[in-house]
Amino acid sequence: MLYSPPPMHIPDGFLSVLVSLILWAISIGAIGYALRRVGKDLGERQVPLMGVLAAAIFAGQMLNFSVAGGTSGHLLGATLATILLGPWAAIIIMTTVVGIQALIFQDGGLLALGANIFNMAVVGVSVSYFAYTSIKKIIGEQKWGLLVNGFISAWLSILIASLAAALELAASGTSPANIAVPAMGGIHALIGIGEGLITVGALAFIYAARRDILQIGSTAQTGGAAIWMTGLGIALLLTIFSPLASAHPDGLEWVAEQKGFLDAAQAPLFEVIPDYVFPGVSNESLATILAGMVGALIVFGMAFGTAYARRSQKAS
Amino acid sequence: MHVHFLDPYRHSHSPIHQLDGRVKFVLAVAFILTCSLTPIAAWAVYILLFALILSVEILSTLGVGYVLKRASLALPFVLAALPVIFTTDGAALFTLPLGNWTLTASATGLEHFISIALKSWLSVQAAIVLAAATPFPELLQAMRSVKIPRLLVAMFGLTWRYLFVLVDEALRLIRARAARSGVSASNQKVKEGGGIIWRAHVAGGMAGNLFLRGFERSDRIYTAMLSRGYDGEVRLMPTHALNNGNKFILMTGIALLGTLLLFGILFWG
Amino acid sequence: MHHSIEIDNLSYSYPDGHAALRDISLRIAPGEKVALVGPNGAGKSTLMLHLNGILTGKGSVRVCGLEVEPKNFSRVRACIGLVFQSPDDQLFSPTVFDDVAFGPLYQGLGAEETKARVEAALSAVRMNEYAGRVSHHLSVGEKKRIAIATVLSMNPEALALDEPTAGLDPRARRALIHLLRDLPITMLVSTHDMALVKELFPRTLIMDEGRVVADGLTSEILENEELLNAHGLEKA
Repeated sequence: MLYSPPPMHIPDGFLSVLVSLILWAISIGAIGYALRRVGKDLGERQVPLMGVLAAAIFAGQMLNFSVAGGTSGHLLGATLATILLGPWAAIIIMTTVVGIQALIFQDGGLLALGANIFNMAVVGVSVSYFAYTSIKKIIGEQKWGLLVNGFISAWLSILIASLAAALELAASGTSPANIAVPAMGGIHALIGIGEGLITVGALAFIYAARRDILQIGSTAQTGGAAIWMTGLGIALLLTIFSPLASAHPDGLEWVAEQKGFLDAAQAPLFEVIPDYVFPGVSNESLATILAGMVGALIVFGMAFGTAYARRSQKAS
Repeated sequence: MHVHFLDPYRHSHSPIHQLDGRVKFVLAVAFILTCSLTPIAAWAVYILLFALILSVEILSTLGVGYVLKRASLALPFVLAALPVIFTTDGAALFTLPLGNWTLTASATGLEHFISIALKSWLSVQAAIVLAAATPFPELLQAMRSVKIPRLLVAMFGLTWRYLFVLVDEALRLIRARAARSGVSASNQKVKEGGGIIWRAHVAGGMAGNLFLRGFERSDRIYTAMLSRGYDGEVRLMPTHALNNGNKFILMTGIALLGTLLLFGILFWG
Repeated sequence: MHHSIEIDNLSYSYPDGHAALRDISLRIAPGEKVALVGPNGAGKSTLMLHLNGILTGKGSVRVCGLEVEPKNFSRVRACIGLVFQSPDDQLFSPTVFDDVAFGPLYQGLGAEETKARVEAALSAVRMNEYAGRVSHHLSVGEKKRIAIATVLSMNPEALALDEPTAGLDPRARRALIHLLRDLPITMLVSTHDMALVKELFPRTLIMDEGRVVADGLTSEILENEELLNAHGLEKA
């Protein structure tokens, strides 16, 4: 029996190296800042508390419920973690969850991990925090307020995170924005409902059993304003930018070109032997076929070689 | 009840298993980076990269079938790249009438799509071999050696340790739910009874239950840590240096991947 | 010559006002092996948590001659090893080695000395082969033994164990009893396992409703059926 997670995160190969590296840089910055902040909120308990709750989110992701037509709703958990432990701990927890999913279960790539951490831990958490604290100011903290708030925050964080993923794919030239944005956004507007319902169920359970725990996330968050602003900024930027990008599908590539990104990404190396494909062969298609045959021979050679070496090693 | 199936590590004494975890980690990332940097439609390089990872799979004694089966996990995501077939400019291959629209597939677009799918498929194989041939504690060592903060490494260690404990608890909850709703325990989804909102509420309640158990357990773990002198700082055993054999394989691997990449960029870039 | 454990007039109430310990006084000499019995909720686990300052109540607790107070915590915690009931809470590290090395590392020992301590502790519980293993693949009995090794590696003068035989099958229980019998160390063991008490501990304490209601020779206490019945205990 294998644990097969639903593919929620971007695998390797779908993002350009440039996009991957930029998002790695942003994620590393956010994680570093969160690591410094989190100790102030949780103190010495932080390591066991965050470690076990990351495991609980992981386990909670297995508790899916059927929706319709073979699809199922399940928990991603960024909003729940944010409400329970505050944004800094939630960033660390979601980073750990997404990291283990990539490293152990190949749910999401390793090079793409920076982007997946950005989507789930940075976008997911900051949008959750922004939405939750704003709505709390308006409708208060009584039970129904908490539950309605949890639903909206969870739904919004999933939707915005999916828009981020869509734009990352578009910026990588993997999926055109005019298709990726409405498709990802549309699917996740539905997935977000499942996320919202599960989050509400979890909050209701905790509210009934141990209301005191709900205080940890909201008491004295140092630097809460910064992440509130980040959440607002990301939410605004992505909701405005996504329709724009999908109306002008080439826009992102245009931006990339204008910024000189594409030039930077394409090193001048290939000018060394222009219009030259295979040494000594000028016909392009012939050279490609030749290269393919050589490659295939090498594959079989190496495969047989290693298999043979293993067998004779076992026999001896 | 015990969830051994969660741990992807498959024990063996193969040369790949014996390689230092740090070397495997760096080479797997380098392999994935090479796949990503290889130009579109550089078929020969893809084939060589496949030859490389296939040899590693055979050497690892994990079973090529096992790796390829797991590698199909990421396949559904290629749907996201499907539109590039029709949106990339190039020589028309075929047209697909779709109601009022007509989609025109281009050869360049198809090359683009196949390249993305191949890159993804090759990359995920490297990640699978890494996870299946490296015990998790060694992966933690590797994380430390690439300068990931100790607190984060400690988090990964704790999460991984309690993943199994909490998933056991989640499975017990699922089984209890299945027993009450009259659905067989092997089917982990509740198919019958109640509306979607009710079902979501039940699933959410169980998630909340797991969280509470996690909270209480973290208190007990914290007590156990305090009892053994924990002071809030993360302390770990110092790591040992790489031996020459491992260094050699690391250098050879990186040189090989670098050569393949250069080959691809020179001829297809 | 100090006592391993000296408690004078210790009282403790939980934040909700529930009185868990009422005016407890007791002494345990070095090398003594003492059983702590009593119904659930009697305060046995709460008492254990006072031994190394996880909880602090009114009165005085001294361990290895050291007053249990914040400035002594690190020495006290190295001196008395607490082993909790659930080994899954005690074994929180990725490998058995890391878990047994945790205490020595926080005592500030270097890599070589830590390794030596780990080896010694694992061989004391006869689990040398398990250093590289991962905790979740172990049986309950194996986990319990490793949990004891995690505190033995700190070279404690005394051990305090909570329910060491709970959840063990007969063979694992027998192996654990032999292990406890052979460890030359002061021991305070909280348990419901009266057969274990009879076999291993010359002295027994009975706790009920936060008080020590009996303290004497195990042979005498186990014969006093009136006393046992009054506190919900059964003769082994």
